[in-house]
Amino acid sequence: MKRLGKRLLAGPYLMWMLLFTVVPLVLLAYNAFTGADGSFTLTNVAVILDPVNGKPFLRSIGMSVLVTVICLVLSFPLALILRKCSGNKNSFIVMIFILPMWMNFMLRTLAWRLILLNNGILNQILTALGFGRVHLMNTIWAVILGTVYDYLPFMVLPIYNALVKIDNDVISAAQDLGAGQWTILRRIIIPLSIPGVVSGITMVMVPSISEFVIASMLGGGKVYLIGNVIEQAFNSGYADIHAGSGLSLSLMVLILISMVIYRLFDGEEGESSLW
Amino acid sequence: MAKKLIDLVGISKSYGDKVILDDLNLYLNENRFLTILGPSGCGKTTTLRILGGFETPDKGKVIFEGQDITMLPPNERQVNTVFQKYALFTHMNIEENIAFGLKIKNKSKSYIRDKVKYALKLVNLDGYEKRMPDSLSGGQQQRIAIARAIVNEPRVLLLDEPLGALDLKLRQDMQYELIRLKNELGITFVYVTHDQEEALTMSDTIVVMNQGYIQQIGTPEDIYNEPQNAFVADFIGESNIIGSTMVEDRLVDILGTRFVCVDEGFGNNQPVDVVIRPEDIVLTEPSKGIIKGRVTSAIFKGVHYEMEVQAAGFEWLVHSTVLKEPGTEVGIWVDPFNIQIMHKPASEDEEQERYED
Repeated sequence: MKRLGKRLLAGPYLMWMLLFTVVPLVLLAYNAFTGADGSFTLTNVAVILDPVNGKPFLRSIGMSVLVTVICLVLSFPLALILRKCSGNKNSFIVMIFILPMWMNFMLRTLAWRLILLNNGILNQILTALGFGRVHLMNTIWAVILGTVYDYLPFMVLPIYNALVKIDNDVISAAQDLGAGQWTILRRIIIPLSIPGVVSGITMVMVPSISEFVIASMLGGGKVYLIGNVIEQAFNSGYADIHAGSGLSLSLMVLILISMVIYRLFDGEEGESSLW
Repeated sequence: MAKKLIDLVGISKSYGDKVILDDLNLYLNENRFLTILGPSGCGKTTTLRILGGFETPDKGKVIFEGQDITMLPPNERQVNTVFQKYALFTHMNIEENIAFGLKIKNKSKSYIRDKVKYALKLVNLDGYEKRMPDSLSGGQQQRIAIARAIVNEPRVLLLDEPLGALDLKLRQDMQYELIRLKNELGITFVYVTHDQEEALTMSDTIVVMNQGYIQQIGTPEDIYNEPQNAFVADFIGESNIIGSTMVEDRLVDILGTRFVCVDEGFGNNQPVDVVIRPEDIVLTEPSKGIIKGRVTSAIFKGVHYEMEVQAAGFEWLVHSTVLKEPGTEVGIWVDPFNIQIMHKPASEDEEQERYED
């Protein structure tokens, strides 16, 4: 009886999963493999190979790779600094990084619009200082900047988590055995942070591939990513949910395959990956 | 006369308002097993970290063979440390762990291979080269940590409570192992512990510390048999510590009864502390003892019985292989040689000592 009761407690969650994850996935797959007349077809899943869609797709991949690299380069030193600030100070500084995440991400992106506009805050400052204006708004660079800003915490936190797990004695031991700062970083800290780095890369690269809101808001319709293509397939006047589903499905499968390859390549998975 | 290796001169260290060490003076000789013994927070680990170069003292100097190394970082000292929680590199196998220091020193491949093999043999773990640290037991990991430190041929090996995390049996085995290692390597071991039994078993010299001050320095026998103050007597082994009065040389008044002892030079009618070890008390027929008492409890401890005897208003702790049932009237007799007289602790700062060999 008791056991049954406990199982029942999982019921709402299972229902939720069923309704909002499994059913949509099944519908998506169904739409992807059927045409407008309901017959089976592979054209929708092959749509991604059409150059019209292929270009935004490659652009999305390129952009998410670049965003991930920038995030990684920014995050690692940041996480190292966070690790060094021990005690109460620590939680305060971590807080500063988490705080923006509590704001709606649309708001954050809108804020970037105000900063980057041609007569926005950035250009006002630049002209006041005697530099020329920069035209970042509605370029891919604005989109990259916004995406990096939005996804940075997802890179910093897993790396930070992996770094704080490194016992200070381990670093002292390396130092004791003759290692200088650089050797300690290269031979001890970086290898031990790999699970966090893997987790961070996954959490930034995967969602940023299908990013489209930031592209719309900061790219001004000029930066066309695969996410925008899919969005339009569902939302625009030429809506074709079958083609949209096909695109979504192929994107999902491609991400899954690359994740599997990535995990195989990476070997063991540390506990830091889930946070 | 052994050669002086490291000299700590006037070392002071505080963290914020908390004074950890205050004007500590201590020197270590070559090829000794020196143990710094004390309760937690007594400054023993800080002393070790200053020796290792992980902390710099606020005041004072660390002299290594005549050279001031106070500001020298750990990687430039001829000293290696074995950490309490092993601190092995979990992403490297055993061979890579042990070779870490040698690779940094750019030793040749064959030299490293031989050294790793030698070190593993020394700690009785031959053939473990390719294992990962996580697959070893705590005791084995600790041995690897020791091997990793000694391949670098340090002049001094610092050990920070290395057996703290091991179970009793393993800890005892490792104690003999460490003595053997020290003798085979012929280097100085500085061992930090709060475990008096470990200290007594392994050390050539014990430094007893409390609240940042050295309480006594001496051989295990000195420390145990002739503690210089109540703290040392209480911390090392079990003891009866009784506030008494030194009547005159070789005569002490304990709880109103005069005992003959062997100590001199405390002055006449001076308050002192008397230490009598429980195993030094002989229980006799009531008429043959110096004072009479009654056994109030007796517990079998294996090697001996632990008895409590109520006599002259004091609960005497007695260890004896001969059982006296609770309720028995007994006499207490102590050999004058086994009555250890100590000065009362000086007003506030408990005295510090300088170690003389």
